[in-house]
Amino acid sequence: MATFNLKINGKESQVDVDPSTPMLWVLRDHLNLVGTKYGCGIAQCGACTVHLDGTATRSCMLTVSMVGNSEITTIEGLSDTGDHPVQKAWVEVDVPQCGYCQAGQIMTASAFLEKNPNPSDEEIEMAMNGNICRCGTYTRIKKAVKLAAESKQA
Amino acid sequence: MDQINNSIGRRAFLRNSSLASGGLILGFSWLNSCKPKVVAAEEVVALEMPKTWSELNSYIKIGDNGVVTLIAPNPEFGSNVKTSLPMILAEELDIDWEMVIIEQANFHPEKYDRQFTGGSQGIRRGWPGLRVAGATARQMLLTAAAQQWGVAISELTTENGIVYHKASGQEIGYGELAVLAQGIEVPEDVPLKEIKDFKIVGHSKKNVDTKNIVTGKPLFAMDHKEDGMLIAMIAHPPFGKKIKSLDGSTAKSMPGIKDVFTITTLQDDYERNGFDTTTHTELAVVVGNSTWEVMQAKKALQMELENISDSEFVMNGWGGKSTVKVPAGLESSENHLKKMEEMGRKKATVLRKDGNPEKAFAEADKILERTYTAPFLAHNCMEPVNCFANVTADEAVLYAPIQAPEMITGTIAARIGLPAEKIHINLSRMGGGFGQRAYGHHLVEAAAISQKVNAPIKMVYTREDDMTYGIYRPTYTATYRAALDKDNNLIGFHVKGGGIPEHPVAANRFPAGAIDNYLAEGWALESNITIGAFRAPRSNFIAGAEQAFLDELAETMGKDPIDFRLEMLERAITKPVGENNDYEAERYAGVLKLVREKSGWDNSSPSGIFKGVSAYFCHNSYVAQVLELSMDGDMPKMEKVTAAIDCGVVINPDFASNMAEGGIVDGIGNAMFGEMSFKEGVPDHKNFDTYRMIRHTEAPKSIDVHFVESEVDPTGMGEPPFPPVFGAVANALYKATGRRFTKQPFITDKPPLVG
Ligand code: FES
Ligand code: FES
Repeated sequence: MATFNLKINGKESQVDVDPSTPMLWVLRDHLNLVGTKYGCGIAQCGACTVHLDGTATRSCMLTVSMVGNSEITTIEGLSDTGDHPVQKAWVEVDVPQCGYCQAGQIMTASAFLEKNPNPSDEEIEMAMNGNICRCGTYTRIKKAVKLAAESKQA
Repeated sequence: MDQINNSIGRRAFLRNSSLASGGLILGFSWLNSCKPKVVAAEEVVALEMPKTWSELNSYIKIGDNGVVTLIAPNPEFGSNVKTSLPMILAEELDIDWEMVIIEQANFHPEKYDRQFTGGSQGIRRGWPGLRVAGATARQMLLTAAAQQWGVAISELTTENGIVYHKASGQEIGYGELAVLAQGIEVPEDVPLKEIKDFKIVGHSKKNVDTKNIVTGKPLFAMDHKEDGMLIAMIAHPPFGKKIKSLDGSTAKSMPGIKDVFTITTLQDDYERNGFDTTTHTELAVVVGNSTWEVMQAKKALQMELENISDSEFVMNGWGGKSTVKVPAGLESSENHLKKMEEMGRKKATVLRKDGNPEKAFAEADKILERTYTAPFLAHNCMEPVNCFANVTADEAVLYAPIQAPEMITGTIAARIGLPAEKIHINLSRMGGGFGQRAYGHHLVEAAAISQKVNAPIKMVYTREDDMTYGIYRPTYTATYRAALDKDNNLIGFHVKGGGIPEHPVAANRFPAGAIDNYLAEGWALESNITIGAFRAPRSNFIAGAEQAFLDELAETMGKDPIDFRLEMLERAITKPVGENNDYEAERYAGVLKLVREKSGWDNSSPSGIFKGVSAYFCHNSYVAQVLELSMDGDMPKMEKVTAAIDCGVVINPDFASNMAEGGIVDGIGNAMFGEMSFKEGVPDHKNFDTYRMIRHTEAPKSIDVHFVESEVDPTGMGEPPFPPVFGAVANALYKATGRRFTKQPFITDKPPLVG
C-alpha cells in the first residue's frame, strides 16, 4: 500500500492503494467514479478510456503509480452539466443502445477532436478503432463525432 | 375506435385500484393544483416535482401539477424498451411527453406482467396491455371530470394532459383530476385511439437514459455500491472438468482478501427450468475488499481439477419436462467438425415433407448442393457478468443485469431457503444482453456467496471468466439441395441441418410453402459445452445459409435474385403448399420490393461496388437488406447497407432505426470474424485480443433504414435485422470474388481473403 495524490476532474484526491492498481479500479472502487467502465482489462476494448493530460488513455493498463502529476479527466469531469459538444452531439444523434461502451467512446472522441478539430470520416474511424461496441452503434458514433466537430467550428 | 378488453391491462388495474386508494395522497391542495407547468421542455430532470402523486394503476402516477410518472416494466438491455413501452402508455393516456418522468420498475410480478426482455417480444407483448392501461387511466380521468362538471363523458375531449368541455369552455388538468380519479371504479371496456391519431407512438423520442449514459451516471449493476460491500470473483474450470479440490491458502493470505471457498449453486437433483442453464454448479470463490485485490488473489488459487463423468439433469422448460444428458469428455472444435460431417451423411429426423422430394431429386436434370457451417459464438456483452446481492435472514436484495427475472427467482429462493416474495431483484440497466443475460446463474451465485459470507457482495466476472463460461451460440451446419429440371425449373428442395447441441432448421419458414416437393430434416449432437439464446437463436445461422443458397440457386436458374424470391413468394401467396407456413408471403415480398427500390438494386453498380441481397422473417418481423461492398486488396470494405423492415406500427422510429443499424453491424461482425473454438475443453479465446469483434473501420460507412408503413400490431426489432445480413455479406462477397463463402467466420474461409 502507498499513498497517492491524484488530480482528477480538477480536484485533488488521495488514495491508499497498492502501487500496481490500475487507475480503472482506483476510480471505480476507491473514488466512486464509476462512469469509467471495465470491459477487458487488457487495453483492447476502450471502455475504460480517460484523459491523461488530455490524451485518451486506457485506464485499465495505467497503474496508479504511473500517473504522477498528470491530470486525469473522466467522463464525470468532461463537463459540469453534460454540455460538452461531444456529449451534446451524442444526445442529439441518440447514439447509445445499452450504453456501456459509450463513456469510453466519448472520451476517445473528445480527446481526438481536441487534436483534430476537423476530421475526415476515415480519420474518425481510425481514431475510434480501439473502442468496441457490441451493440454496433458505430455509424451513429461517426455521425455524432462529425456533428460535434461542426458545432465546435461554429 | 377499436375496443380491446385485455386481461393484462385489466389485472394491473384491479390489483392496484384498491392499493392506490390508501395513503398515497398527502397534503393535496386545490390551490396548488394547476395545469401542467413545464420548467424546461427538453429536460425531464428539470420538471417541477409535484407535492403529491396519485397512482392510477401500477404503470401510471399523476402528480398534482400534471407531471406524470410512467413505469417502464421491462429490463433494459439497449433495445429502448425503457423509452418505447412508456410511449405506448403516454399515447393512450393522451399526455404531453415532455411532462413525463420514466421510472424503471423493479421485478414485481404482482404488479407487472411479463417483465422479460428477449425474443424481440417486449413491444409485441407489451403493446395491447399498455394501451389498455393508458386508455383506462384516461377514462378514469374523464369520468372524474364529468362528475365534477355534471356533464356526460361523451361531451369531453382530452389533449396533452388536459380534459376539455368545449361546449362550456371549461378545462381541467390531469393533475387536478388524478386524486378524484383514483376513487373511481376501473372501467371495463375502454376505447383506444385510432392509430392515425397517434401523437407520440410513431414519432421519434429520445432514449430517456441517453443523458445519464453520456455523463457517466451509475446505471449498471456493475456500478452498484453499498456500505460494507465486498467484492467477489469466481474461478471456473474448462468444459468437461470440475473442481476436485481447492487450495486457497496463498490467495487468502493476500492483501484485502477476506475468504476463499467453493460454492455449490445447484444441487444435482434440482429440477431446472429452461433458463437455469449453468455450466458449473461448483465454483471457486474469492471475496475481498476491492476488485484489484480480489483479481490478484484469484490468480493465486490452486485448483485441482478432474474430468466430469456422464450425467443428466431434469429440465422443466417451456417445451415440457425432459432429461438433459451431459456427456463426459474434453471436446475440441476439430472433432466437432468431423462429427458434424458424419452426422450430415446419416439419416436425420424429418421435420417437414411436402410432395415427393425423393422422386423430384431422382428425376432432376441438375442438382445444386452446398454445405454451410458456423462456429460457436460468445455473447461478449460489453458489461461482463456481475451481480450485487445482499442476503440476510429475512430477505435477499439483488441488482443484476437480467433479462428474465421471473425465470430465476424460484431458483434463488430454493438455493438460499427464502420464499420467492422475499427475493427483491432490481432491474439495473444491462450493458448488453443478446440472450446471455436471460440465464440467471449469476444471480444464484451472487446470492449464495452473500449468504455464505453474511455480507453484501458484488460478484464480478473478469472478461476471461465471462468469455470462457459457456452459454454460447451453438455451432451449426446445413446442407441445401435444389433439384432442377431440364428447363431449369425448380422441382425439389431439401434442407438438412444439424448442430451441437441443437439443429437450426425452421422447417415451416420460407421457402417452405413455395415449392411442391420439399423436405426439411434436422439432427443434433450432445455436448458438455453449454449453449443459450444468442440474438435470434438458430435464425442467426440458418438465415445466412438459406439466403446464400437462394442467391446461388437464382444464378443457376439465370434469374435476378430478387425476382427469383418474389416469384417464389408469389407462388406462396397464390397457391401455397402445405398448411403450416410460418410467414406472411405478402409482407415478405413487401420488404423485398421496398429494398429493391430504396437501394437502387436495378441500377448498375458503380465499378468496384458489389451488391448482395438477403431477406428473412423471424421473431415476427420481416427484414430485407442490400449490402454493398468494395475490395481493398483481399479485404472487403463495407460501403453501405440498405434495409427495408416490416415490424408493423413503428413505436419509436429513430430508435428502431438504431436497432436495425446495430443488428446489421453486429451481424457483419459475426459473419466476418465471430468464432469461439475449443481444444480439449478449453476455449481458444478468452478476451478481445484474440476474439475478434467488429470495429469502427470494419463497419459499413452508411446504413439506410426504411420501414414499411403499417397499422399492423407492432413486432420486435432486437433480433430480426441481425440474421439476414450474414447472407447479404456472403452474396456480396461472391460478386466481388467469384467465390461462394460458406464457412463462418468468412475471414478464415479459405482460400483466404487475407493473402
Ligand atoms: S477495459 Fe481497458 S481497454 Fe478494455
Ligand atoms: S452501446 Fe452497447 S456496447 Fe456500445
